[in-house]
Amino acid sequence: MGGFNPAVKLEERIRQALNDEFLRNAVKFTTGRLRSSKQQAAEQMGNWEEWRERGRQIRLHTIAHLDYYLNQFVQNLREAGGYVHFASTAQEAVEIAMQIMEEKQAKSVVKSKSMVSEELHLNDAMAAKGIEPVETDLGEYIIQLAGETPSHILAPAIHKNRQQIADLFSEIGGEKLPADTAVLAGFARSQLREKFLQADIGMTGCNFAIAESGSFVLFSNEGNARMCSTVPRTQITLMGMERIIPSWEDLEVMAAILPRAATGQKLTVYMSAINGPKRAADGDGPDELHVIILDNGRSQQLGDPEFQEVLNCIRCGACLNACPVYRHIGGHAYGWVYSGPIGAVLTPLLNEDQDQWGEVANASSLCGACYEACPVKIPLHDMLVYLRRRNVEAGRTDATERLGMKTYKVAVSSQRFYQLALKLGQFGQKPLARNGEITAKVGPLEAWNRLRVAPALAKKSFRDSWKELDMELQHELVELKPETKARMEAILRKRGNSHEN
Amino acid sequence: MKVSLFATCLSDAFYPRVTEAMARLLARYGIRLDFPSAQTCCGQPAFNSGYWDEAKGAALQLIDAFADSDFVIAPSGSCIGMIHHHYPSLFKDDPAGLAKARALAEKSYEFTQFLVNVLDVKDVGAKFPHRVTYHPSCHGARLLGVKDEPLELLQHVHGLELLPLPFAEDCCGFGGTFSIKLSEVSAAMVTEKAEHVIDTQAEVLVGLDMGCLMNIGGRLRHQGTSIRVMHLAELLYEGVCRADGRI
Repeated sequence: MGGFNPAVKLEERIRQALNDEFLRNAVKFTTGRLRSSKQQAAEQMGNWEEWRERGRQIRLHTIAHLDYYLNQFVQNLREAGGYVHFASTAQEAVEIAMQIMEEKQAKSVVKSKSMVSEELHLNDAMAAKGIEPVETDLGEYIIQLAGETPSHILAPAIHKNRQQIADLFSEIGGEKLPADTAVLAGFARSQLREKFLQADIGMTGCNFAIAESGSFVLFSNEGNARMCSTVPRTQITLMGMERIIPSWEDLEVMAAILPRAATGQKLTVYMSAINGPKRAADGDGPDELHVIILDNGRSQQLGDPEFQEVLNCIRCGACLNACPVYRHIGGHAYGWVYSGPIGAVLTPLLNEDQDQWGEVANASSLCGACYEACPVKIPLHDMLVYLRRRNVEAGRTDATERLGMKTYKVAVSSQRFYQLALKLGQFGQKPLARNGEITAKVGPLEAWNRLRVAPALAKKSFRDSWKELDMELQHELVELKPETKARMEAILRKRGNSHEN
Repeated sequence: MKVSLFATCLSDAFYPRVTEAMARLLARYGIRLDFPSAQTCCGQPAFNSGYWDEAKGAALQLIDAFADSDFVIAPSGSCIGMIHHHYPSLFKDDPAGLAKARALAEKSYEFTQFLVNVLDVKDVGAKFPHRVTYHPSCHGARLLGVKDEPLELLQHVHGLELLPLPFAEDCCGFGGTFSIKLSEVSAAMVTEKAEHVIDTQAEVLVGLDMGCLMNIGGRLRHQGTSIRVMHLAELLYEGVCRADGRI
């Protein structure tokens, strides 16, 4: 399990999710909790919109000058004694990571949470070489035991309830464990403690890389990232090439908005800053530090006016929690590594095979809740439309839909054809319409009418009744109040002025 | 001064009573209205599905239809949101079209925006002694920023008890072609929305967009509830008639 099966299309994946009551209840419960915590945290801050705008500006600036800041980060980290590797594809990143592990003759690697690692399917590559990957983030640990993939950027096991987790742990532990959070967390902690001490390599992701000092910062709530980056002798850190911010001052903004947007926390429980490998005076830390910087389709978005901003994402997961589609289907239905609105945008952008992945952009009602939730104001709802346009332009939509849209264009591009279409519709619906409604499950109404009733076209459209209504209204018309008239005229003048300037 | 009605294709074809209520209400303030019959649709069904060439056909028709108007008013935040928010991207490579699109956007108003912000009317003098819940439609609220106007109007209706809708800001699952293309998740969304509406024990569900109301109302009808689904223009006009003793 966990691997993606390309034969299963989006619609079928959605159907599977909708039929999973456990999943739907678990996802609704947790996203609901995260969302209301976020809202409270934002309200308590008072000027949340200003923070969002500040966050956006920092990310816009960084991505616009990514080459500069990336170079600065790499130079500084190398000066501090770190090794930096660039990987242009997932394949290359895997090869680099595997080479380091083989050189170190690693048998076991403890990992803190990294979405890039998921993007690389690194655990599979390690297992194939007989190296044991151990996920140490509680959610990731659960998912690894279950042989699944994360279904949420931040809460990877969001689709599982406590009882399912208790069953899973009981199986591993060989004893019946109660569905009690403290007991289950205690079990994971005791299992993982040994793993931390035995591991040859610690692997981490990266929340923010700070260009001015060549440092990087890890946010965690469980302390496992710090264990991964202090106990093992060798550390490998995986980061997407866009994880950069210019300065520590910018981190202050990110540290304020990311936890609040993600979980409603004012601060993350652990914020670990790593400034290179262990120095002579340090009590702990790795002797060797490797940072693998991954492109994997990201640089293609640079310079694209419609999509560059997607690189501003700070992976907080707020758009998933706000999304009404995600709320009902969870993360796996999106099919790839990233889910929710950000996943629906990133999946077609970072994967080459558009026949397979292009359709993921359809998994949204375009309600804009993602944009509203985003702490750096990425217009995901607009990007989804741009991706759909790409699908249309490349001829990836089906013939019926294309024909429907052609017909639509004819009907709406001329008054005559529009009125004709109306008349045809009014005539054609006669056998189906009853009391202004259509309940028959026919044609395009088949899916709609399974759970809904459709309205019939009105017997007389508004345009057909306008003449009569207009006469009546003119007859009754009162005088426009002078102050209203003045206000309307002022609006017109203002418009005129703005045109002249 | 030419103040034009933009009926929107949905209300023109399916819900003429909504545009009619809006027109009757506006006429009470001395607004002389006209209805350019060249208008069709804003183009959103095609635009949101990625068919921009087709959407442009609709947009050009609409731009021409309202070329002489000073104000354009529609009973939909979604269609007006389309003009304000999406027309600029639709015409991004066509400077002449872009200028015309911007000119239309500048004079286009959603019904409550016009009533509250231009006519400065918050109390229409309506009486509506019912329990009402309000669904804020996504595009009106998020693309256009119409959040306070409808609430202000509702708060001034005499006898109306406004009941908060749980998860009000969640999309109802309509999303235009989304409801056909991914019909099952759309159905899951509207089912939950309808449950929330029922939970409020309201007698009336009111909103600003017939797309959403067609969806939620269609679900409520299917479930056999007696909850009445109304556009705010209808509710206000009916309330005015009641206050005047005409019904």
